[in-house]
Amino acid sequence: MESSGSGVGASVRRLEDDRYLEGRGRYVGDIRMPGMLEVAFLRSPVAHAELRGVTKPAGAGHQVFAAADLAGVQGIRADSGLPGFRSSIQPVLACDRIRHVNEPIAACVAQTRAQAEDLADATQIAYDALPAVHDMLKARDADAPLLHAGWEENVFLESGFEAGFDAATEGAPVKIRRQYRTARQCMSPMEGRGVVAYMDEQADQLVVVTSTQMPHIVRNGLAECLGLDQGRIRVIAPDVGGGFGYKGILLAEEVVLGWLALNLRRPVRWIEDRREQLAGNANCREHWYDITGYASPDGRLLAVDCEAVVDSGAYSAYPFSACLEAAQVASILPGPYKMDGFRCRTWSVATNKPAILPYRGVARTGVCFAMELVMDELAREIGMEPAEFRRRNLVTGSEMPFVNITNKIFDSGDYVEALDRTLADLDLPALRARQAAGEPDGRLMGVGLSIFCEQGAHGTSVYSGWGIPMVPGFEQATARMTPDGGLELRVGVQSHGQSLETTLAQIANEVLGVEPRKVKLVHGDTALTPYSTGTWGSRCIVMAGGAVATACEELAERVKKIAGTLLQADPSEILLGDGEARGPGGSVPLSEIGKVWYHRPQDLPEGVDPAGLEATKGYKTVRDTGTFSYACHAAVVLVDPGTGEVEIENYRITEDGGVLVNPMVVDGQVWGGAVQGIGTALYEEMPYDGEGQPLATTLADYLLPGAAEAPSIAIGHMETPSPISRFGQKGIGESGAIGPPAAIGNAVNDALRPFGAAIAQVPITPERVLAALAMGARA
Amino acid sequence: MKPAPFDLIPARTAAEALPHLTGPRDAKPVAGSQSLGPMLNLRLARPELLVDLSACAELRAVTQEPDAILYGAAVTHAEFEDGAVPDATPGWLAPIARRIAYRAVRNRGTIGGSIAHADPAADWVATMTGMGASVRILGPRGARELPMAAFVTGALSTALEPGEIVTAIRVPRRGPDARWSYWKFCRKTGEFAKASACVLADPERGEYRVLAAAIERAPVELPDPEGLIEGRTDPRAAVEAALPFLSPERRALQATATIRALAALKTGVPA
Repeated sequence: MESSGSGVGASVRRLEDDRYLEGRGRYVGDIRMPGMLEVAFLRSPVAHAELRGVTKPAGAGHQVFAAADLAGVQGIRADSGLPGFRSSIQPVLACDRIRHVNEPIAACVAQTRAQAEDLADATQIAYDALPAVHDMLKARDADAPLLHAGWEENVFLESGFEAGFDAATEGAPVKIRRQYRTARQCMSPMEGRGVVAYMDEQADQLVVVTSTQMPHIVRNGLAECLGLDQGRIRVIAPDVGGGFGYKGILLAEEVVLGWLALNLRRPVRWIEDRREQLAGNANCREHWYDITGYASPDGRLLAVDCEAVVDSGAYSAYPFSACLEAAQVASILPGPYKMDGFRCRTWSVATNKPAILPYRGVARTGVCFAMELVMDELAREIGMEPAEFRRRNLVTGSEMPFVNITNKIFDSGDYVEALDRTLADLDLPALRARQAAGEPDGRLMGVGLSIFCEQGAHGTSVYSGWGIPMVPGFEQATARMTPDGGLELRVGVQSHGQSLETTLAQIANEVLGVEPRKVKLVHGDTALTPYSTGTWGSRCIVMAGGAVATACEELAERVKKIAGTLLQADPSEILLGDGEARGPGGSVPLSEIGKVWYHRPQDLPEGVDPAGLEATKGYKTVRDTGTFSYACHAAVVLVDPGTGEVEIENYRITEDGGVLVNPMVVDGQVWGGAVQGIGTALYEEMPYDGEGQPLATTLADYLLPGAAEAPSIAIGHMETPSPISRFGQKGIGESGAIGPPAAIGNAVNDALRPFGAAIAQVPITPERVLAALAMGARA
Repeated sequence: MKPAPFDLIPARTAAEALPHLTGPRDAKPVAGSQSLGPMLNLRLARPELLVDLSACAELRAVTQEPDAILYGAAVTHAEFEDGAVPDATPGWLAPIARRIAYRAVRNRGTIGGSIAHADPAADWVATMTGMGASVRILGPRGARELPMAAFVTGALSTALEPGEIVTAIRVPRRGPDARWSYWKFCRKTGEFAKASACVLADPERGEYRVLAAAIERAPVELPDPEGLIEGRTDPRAAVEAALPFLSPERRALQATATIRALAALKTGVPA
């Protein structure tokens, strides 16, 4: 094996770009089928109500379908096996009880979307409104209305973790307590959700084409809800225009469209519009923390105590469940730090809002915000530069691998080095001098840091502990050499921005020497790919990459045997590279190997492996507790005290994703994630009023960062190999979105500190900054 | 997000449009459709009939008068931005137009539509009031003209009577001694302003105005504009007194807008 410059570590240009940049991608919205009908959903106008009836428009009974029409269809259920979990059943169309605004009530089917919306308009519903649970901090009140029958309180799960807390905090001289909140957000991929469902009568299959990150998991869910054998369902993910977790879910709409196709025997299509996405589907991120940090006067972090609440919304979403986010808070809050004591209790609270979904970074973005802001407060209390306080408490390189206080196994890296590199790039002493001198335009300069580590590609032992409907096991890949010496790779994950068509081809090149352009990645189709839990949890480059390498290694052995015959050499003497097999006395192109196996089997030697040039192999990491990528983010901000506006003057990231398969692709992932994190920090917020009505229902109200709001972000890489993955690579897809709220929050508070002002909530809006300054002025 | 069914009538002249707007059907005039369009798609507006004014000859016309220029209501923001229409002022209009929303919106959105819609944060609502423009109106009872300050009566509310349309905006000419500034605060490039202020000082005509806009109602003229412009009156106190209905944070933002608009007038640096 030798690298030809397009294997692991090369910034190979993306193979998928030709199709994307020339507008030749094929998304659900591009699909047209003969006889296809359009579906629009009648959705609830109220947050909480007893549904008394649905009256269809006269003469349109055969075009409007309510819960009562969907005989035999089961609701969506995603239970966790954690003790005390309360289960919810999410009806695919609301039946007795409505639990959030824009919950689907009826599916309306017509020739065009406009006509389908006219039908939804003309369909009447009768309901008795109930008081809505709109605030997670009031959801557990004794007089709060209960969302689900049989529940004693609006809590999916209460969980916690405690280790060494009492001993570590006894007589602790420095103690800081703060309350922090992150807004409810709406994940906003460029392409919303969309589903086309039709019957393949010849295959006797329901085909569901859907914009998803996990086709195999969707098939599991569809089979359960529709009561069909798995073999009678095929799920296809075509080009998917961004996911971020928004498409890592079984949709009620997928079940309904599947039922409609089965029963109408016509292709049906639903394309989510931006209003459905914002006001009914895309909720994520809403956390509240009451956090206390304990430290010694010489700068040692002693312990952290926290109560955290996550607003999980009305239902437990399939497959990740309603508790993954809050339960993760208790296990990841300590971040990259050493401490002697830790105590955390969390509540996954049910409210009359759409179900919370895991968004890029999942709980880490909120956790990092709470932990890193309290780290700054502790440092200030001690009178120490926050960077120095961090340095004294980070896990060091010589301590790796490190088992932290919640039993996470940090696999490799040097967190202190990441901090120091970032500080060197920033020139902190110069920034402090500038800060003391003041800005000529009267703005307030501040500098803030955040450091975190991110568990990626964690597997069976971790997820079996959560007990949710989906537990990843061995990841499989199929590698098939084609008769012309090219390669087909089949993987069960789905590529929708991760550049897997390129990076998995690079891995195949690393092992087989096949040119990346001759590698065809087949993905996103249950009929064509091995089973996989799909694309989530920063797992693809580690798990699918490892599986592709393993399948290619198997194939390499078989190729070498054939090549040995052709070159009259021992297979152990054969090297693969640059599209050929090389022996001591000569070489033969891979195309010749393919030709011999497929076209000239008469030339094959006796005893050749009959399995041929196609192999499916499974893969797990050496230990399935996950790779830990990590990063240090630094923000320099200018706060305008007249407007409350925050300008990001400088943003730097030092990032360690282990061995980078394609550094250019990683930069893209980190940039995109960081801009989403800036959205969390400064712009994005979906408020709900006292009746549970969403208030930011268009993009005029729900502000997303655009090109003009994205600063240029400098990225520096460290590449500490992971000891548990095939090439030392680590999952890094989510990382960029984790650090910005904390780094920017700390920078803003650094700027506001001389005024006795601080923010404790994201997004950091002009109003919040002005209110903080006014409160500081009063104090 | 598809609109409820409606009929669309393209009008060639204002006279042709008027009978449709006063007929028995629920009709609405439309030009660039940049505000009404989204409301139709969200089914928040459900007219039975849309009368398209964007090609009406007199609404596209620009008429030079000795003291003013009359801009047809269907002149687009982009036409102001690009200098495709003459400027009654010493170059004040193009910079305003350039910062309205995004180019795609400016290509279709019109000055008359913006003013008739009367979004309190709209740039033309603020600046035309600040410049002392007036609005030409045509309706079933004939033509009339109102100063901007009387035309905009509140958030999304105007003095237009049923069946009336805006046909033109009359912008007074300003000489070389006249000074102007407009400062607005937007959270994002292209978003509606959270606060804005205009300042006009025209010694030749003896016209002075300091205006607070984007305040969720019609713009408010601050008292003692000359005192504010000459620095004798405290702008923060003036805003505090004039805008008690705003939240403390929005009032602070509005004070900043006023202070910065006044500062820009002094330095002459376009805001």
